[in-house]
Amino acid sequence: MADNILEIRDLVVEYRTDDAVIHAVNGINLTVQKGETIGLVGETGAGKTTIARSILRILQTPPAKFCGGTIMFEGQDIMAMTEQQMRKIRGDKIAMIFQDPMTALNPIERVGYQIAEAIGLHNKVTRAEAEMKACDMLEMVGIPADRYKEFPHQFSGGMKQRVVIAMALACNPILLLADEPTTALDVTIQAQVLEMMQNLKETLGTSVVMITHDLGVVADICNTVAVVYAGEIVERGTVEHIFDYPSHPYTIGLFNSLPKLDSTEARLKPITGLMPDPTNLPLGCKFYERCPEATDKCAEAPPEVTEVSPGHQVKCLLKGGSV
Amino acid sequence: MAVLLEVRNLKKYFKVGAAQLHAVDDINFVLDEGKTLGVVGESGCGKTTLGRVILHLLDLTDGQVIFEGKDCTSPTKKELIEMREDMQIIFQDPYSSLNPRMSVSETIMEPLILQGGMTKIEMRAETLHLMETVGLAQRFENSYPHELDGGRRQRIGIARALALKPKFIVCDEPVSALDVSIQAQIINLLLDLQEERGLAYMFVTHDLSVVKYISDDIMVMYLGQMVEKASSDELFAKPLHPYTKALLSAIPVPNIHNKKKRIIMQGEITSPINPRPGCRFMDRCQYVTPECSEPQVLEEPDSDHFVACCNFSKI
Repeated sequence: MADNILEIRDLVVEYRTDDAVIHAVNGINLTVQKGETIGLVGETGAGKTTIARSILRILQTPPAKFCGGTIMFEGQDIMAMTEQQMRKIRGDKIAMIFQDPMTALNPIERVGYQIAEAIGLHNKVTRAEAEMKACDMLEMVGIPADRYKEFPHQFSGGMKQRVVIAMALACNPILLLADEPTTALDVTIQAQVLEMMQNLKETLGTSVVMITHDLGVVADICNTVAVVYAGEIVERGTVEHIFDYPSHPYTIGLFNSLPKLDSTEARLKPITGLMPDPTNLPLGCKFYERCPEATDKCAEAPPEVTEVSPGHQVKCLLKGGSV
Repeated sequence: MAVLLEVRNLKKYFKVGAAQLHAVDDINFVLDEGKTLGVVGESGCGKTTLGRVILHLLDLTDGQVIFEGKDCTSPTKKELIEMREDMQIIFQDPYSSLNPRMSVSETIMEPLILQGGMTKIEMRAETLHLMETVGLAQRFENSYPHELDGGRRQRIGIARALALKPKFIVCDEPVSALDVSIQAQIINLLLDLQEERGLAYMFVTHDLSVVKYISDDIMVMYLGQMVEKASSDELFAKPLHPYTKALLSAIPVPNIHNKKKRIIMQGEITSPINPRPGCRFMDRCQYVTPECSEPQVLEEPDSDHFVACCNFSKI
């Protein structure tokens, strides 16, 4: 399709240590269209951040190793690019908001300068023009421009996160990778930041890959959802598919384990057990051990992806997936 | 139901240079045996400090803490040791609250050793029993915290808190560092333990859906003060304070059809250093009137529903 700005095919990423191989990402397929917001949902260690960092090629190699697959961005293979070409894309066409605003900023540089630096690197502008643009970005995220010359420690957590967002959006990226942008924030500040991201998305038409473990955030701002488990996408569909007709037992389990504001039940329904050890993944379905519906066949071979309805894919043997 | 804990006019100020940081400012509440009080608020509102002051992990500045009818405001060292048998805490971060050089059984056994009066064999049996209670398999007995995941580590923290059979436990954000699927396991464990042992909890959290689920009463804190307190159902059905309303509307709900109207608050939490008299939420409140600069009185419009806002009836 022409309007796919990002296409990931069969991506495999491993981390190699002296005595083990950690299978972080195991054959992920993902497409992002223009203007789309896709939510990557899953537990800690499911491989969500590794996927995002692979797109920008900012994984430390070694220990990380790309073992297969392609990442196409605007029709170009990211894996085949030189470091110089990558540098032009990072921060310009693809930007990333990191999880922890406390550590994503340079503590000894003024915040305004940190934004202006990104603008100056990617655009042919004078220093004064870059500063002007940086002031505009600060205003856009709701920080008065006269705080341009302040240092990160003078800002609260929510404001720092907004500086990080301003920096990511400074060059009008085509694709924004947001790695748990609101996890470190209070709900009231989270509401402010989400509202702001929503507005920016509408005005700038940016596509967003939103990494989160909060299904409430997903319901709020995403169009499509990919549920990640042990380095695989186990279910993918529009928000309506995932929230109204969750099909994979893991997705169903995730919804059941959330405390609901309107529920009167006495106990939550957690998913039993833990995620499999990524150095020693099971042969069959990765969710087999924790799955309440598992059959013997599930342990034998990994299930194929099947489409339960148009655009709604599930990787589960019991939902029609063949071995 | 007998009253277990009563807190009267509790204050905790920290010295910041020449100024005073009002971390906890005039908090009152009563907690019955076997009940749970949820304490919610943004980071920096003093909820953790409140828990620590009640347990005497921090000295209080002013006020009274009455436990089982006994005033334990300024205990002697001996009294403090006895107090700790009845009051325990589960810490927020299972990654930093455990000693990395102590094995699981050593960590859980430590309170038993300090309390004394048990033989080694009895202590080991008790430790294994505690591990079983919190759902830790015996094979982890000699493991170290770094070998375990967050959920299991938090279970160690819970087992250790239970070791001396307390009546009251402060749970300081016990699930906020955990994934939702594991979070649900730990919440269910806490609820089971409460049923079996008649424990009272003070459950400190910023996650409102968790607090609704686990609490009998909920107290909303803003900058060291209590702005509203009511039973859990009442608070969610009929919030009165503008801050509570904004807080409740900000919870992201995992439902795509029932989008609620958000109240987006302006600005950030103001500084708790030398706060001026009057409502501390004033700067972010959309209903602000001149009366808001006066000190706010805690009113009780419905029985057991307290609110500290002079305009609550008009909004």
